Amino acid sequence: MRMKVLVIAAALLGGISTAQASGEKIELPDIDWSWKGPFDGFDKAQLQRGLQVYTEVCATCHSLSLVAYRDLAALGYGEEEIKAYAGNYEVQDGPNDEGEMFTRPAIPSDRFVAPFANENAARASNNGAYPPDLSLMVKARKDGANYVYAMMTGYAEEVPEHVTLMEGMNYHKYFPGHQIAMPQPLSDGVVEYTDGTEPTLDQEARDVTAFLAWAAEPELEERKSMGIRVLLFLGVLFFMAVAVKKAVWRDVRH
Amino acid sequence: MATKTEFKNPVIRWVDERLPVFTYLDHEYNQFPMPKNLNYWWNFGALASVVLVVMIVTGIVLAMQYTAHVDMAFESVERIMRDVNYGWLLRYIHMNGASMFFIVVYIHLFRGLYYGSYKAPRELLWMLGVAIILLMMATAFMGYVLPWGQMSFWGATVITNLFSAIPFVGDWIVTWLWGGFSVDNPTLNRFFALHYLLPFVLFAVVGLHVVAVHITGSSNPTGIDVQSPRDTVSFHPYFTAKDSVGLVLFLFIFAAFVFFAPNYFGEPDNYIKANPLQTPPHIVPEWYFLPFYAILRAVPDNFIGPWVTSWMGFTFISAKLAGVIAMFASIAVLFVLPWLDTSKVRSARYRPWYRGFFLLFLLDCLLLGYIGSQPAEGAFIWIGRAATAYYFAHFLIVFPLLGWFEPTRPLPTSISEPVLKENS
Repeated sequence: MRMKVLVIAAALLGGISTAQASGEKIELPDIDWSWKGPFDGFDKAQLQRGLQVYTEVCATCHSLSLVAYRDLAALGYGEEEIKAYAGNYEVQDGPNDEGEMFTRPAIPSDRFVAPFANENAARASNNGAYPPDLSLMVKARKDGANYVYAMMTGYAEEVPEHVTLMEGMNYHKYFPGHQIAMPQPLSDGVVEYTDGTEPTLDQEARDVTAFLAWAAEPELEERKSMGIRVLLFLGVLFFMAVAVKKAVWRDVRH
Repeated sequence: MATKTEFKNPVIRWVDERLPVFTYLDHEYNQFPMPKNLNYWWNFGALASVVLVVMIVTGIVLAMQYTAHVDMAFESVERIMRDVNYGWLLRYIHMNGASMFFIVVYIHLFRGLYYGSYKAPRELLWMLGVAIILLMMATAFMGYVLPWGQMSFWGATVITNLFSAIPFVGDWIVTWLWGGFSVDNPTLNRFFALHYLLPFVLFAVVGLHVVAVHITGSSNPTGIDVQSPRDTVSFHPYFTAKDSVGLVLFLFIFAAFVFFAPNYFGEPDNYIKANPLQTPPHIVPEWYFLPFYAILRAVPDNFIGPWVTSWMGFTFISAKLAGVIAMFASIAVLFVLPWLDTSKVRSARYRPWYRGFFLLFLLDCLLLGYIGSQPAEGAFIWIGRAATAYYFAHFLIVFPLLGWFEPTRPLPTSISEPVLKENS
């Protein structure tokens, strides 16, 4: 019974947010991402910068629970670098021989350590809002990469006059309903890039979006390069099949 | 007609004398007579059987890595995508394969409609085909629940709730289907078990479908019966060669989606883990259910949304029940089509009026699909109702009347005749 009440409440809330979301059509910016075309892949330097933005900014609140530290090899890091990176985080392990749980530094085979122990802890630290896991964010939204970029860059300096913000909310140009709990995470110079790239808001947003696009689809480059070979093979096979068919049917009037 | 082949290989001969599988294959594929005028629309039956095998093979391998538990299903699918060797390939083939299966089977169905392939003596063949589509729908629906994303969960909630429209026992049936009081772990477990079982039932019915077509023989674009061996060629090598052309082209399109647009047919929301406390803004079924979804929603007058009405219990039950009945009737009407069509002529080639109505029906189905993807509001409701009305009118009014009033064109005397005329 309690479950049913909850579901009805959820359905009603869903209905309300639908009403807000369907009120207008929001146009996302259209960025020319490096991995857009059928032959294109990620830019490793950009992924490394994106990891830096994620580590220094996003990871304060957002988990990345489906990605393991060892996966960072795809960004061009060596074994030692990955070990060092993972070692910055503590994970709970155990029980040990005495039956006690203990914490130890993370190792490459661990998944990215979440900033909060559970959803309730995350909500308690974030004014009741739950920062979602980012592992699949780019796949879990329509036009995901542009959506993430828009989330990073869509904060307005001034709230339009007709809008009354709810307690603790921020005005956002692109977020459905225009009120977002997340305060503006990126701005000029929020990180200091080790490769000397100018850390503008636009650059940081692009880099972290690229990193999250990789996190959502780590197989993208392998998939596309295999796809090219498969399609070439099938293309050749098609002309052979047509030739065989013609030869077989040569003497049949049909 | 068919002659007994002497097998040279002693092992084959030994087996064949005891269990004539090779004689059977020889009769049914090597020597089997096919009308020689079949066009490429006749490829799609073979394509569908290939997709079925692809789905079963990839599905079995995926099942080895999948965990059917509400706490782990979503993560186990992502583990397949990230950590299993070529897991992403297997899953994307399986995911897109479902869409490909429906594309191929829907084309196969419309080919049958156009050329009158359902008419005597192929009624049972056609009905087995309709049973195949029903089984495919059940299998696809349960498969979509397994990744346990938001659309999985809410789609399952909406569809299983349809059964609550059944008078008196509806709620009891829904609880029984769920194995609890909401879509939860028992539901996921049984859907996984059934999703593994039904494809093999499907395979068996496809077997009957193939046996049936080997009894009556394939229909053909002229719709007239095969009269002499002059009208036919053997299945192998003629149609193995012709089917190969279609198959390679089909695999090319299939691969293009798998490798370059693997999530084209999917909903982004299904990459969010199922959350029973948060309804997605729009609950949309997979594209292949959209026309039926539109029919479901076309009927109720006091429609808010099937998932809302269902929670409101019996208040709207009659309207909702009508929608559910209409949806099932839209498939059931296909079962009786062979007896609704009163025309003596099979192929639309010689039925000038039917050609127009066929095109109208095709557009009507596409329109229903579009309406199914849109929120049920404003003009969409009325367009959906009109399109639903035509869907049924096409079967219940157009088909019976056409047979009586349509001036059909003269049929050729044999399958070979139009060919010989053209060539001379």
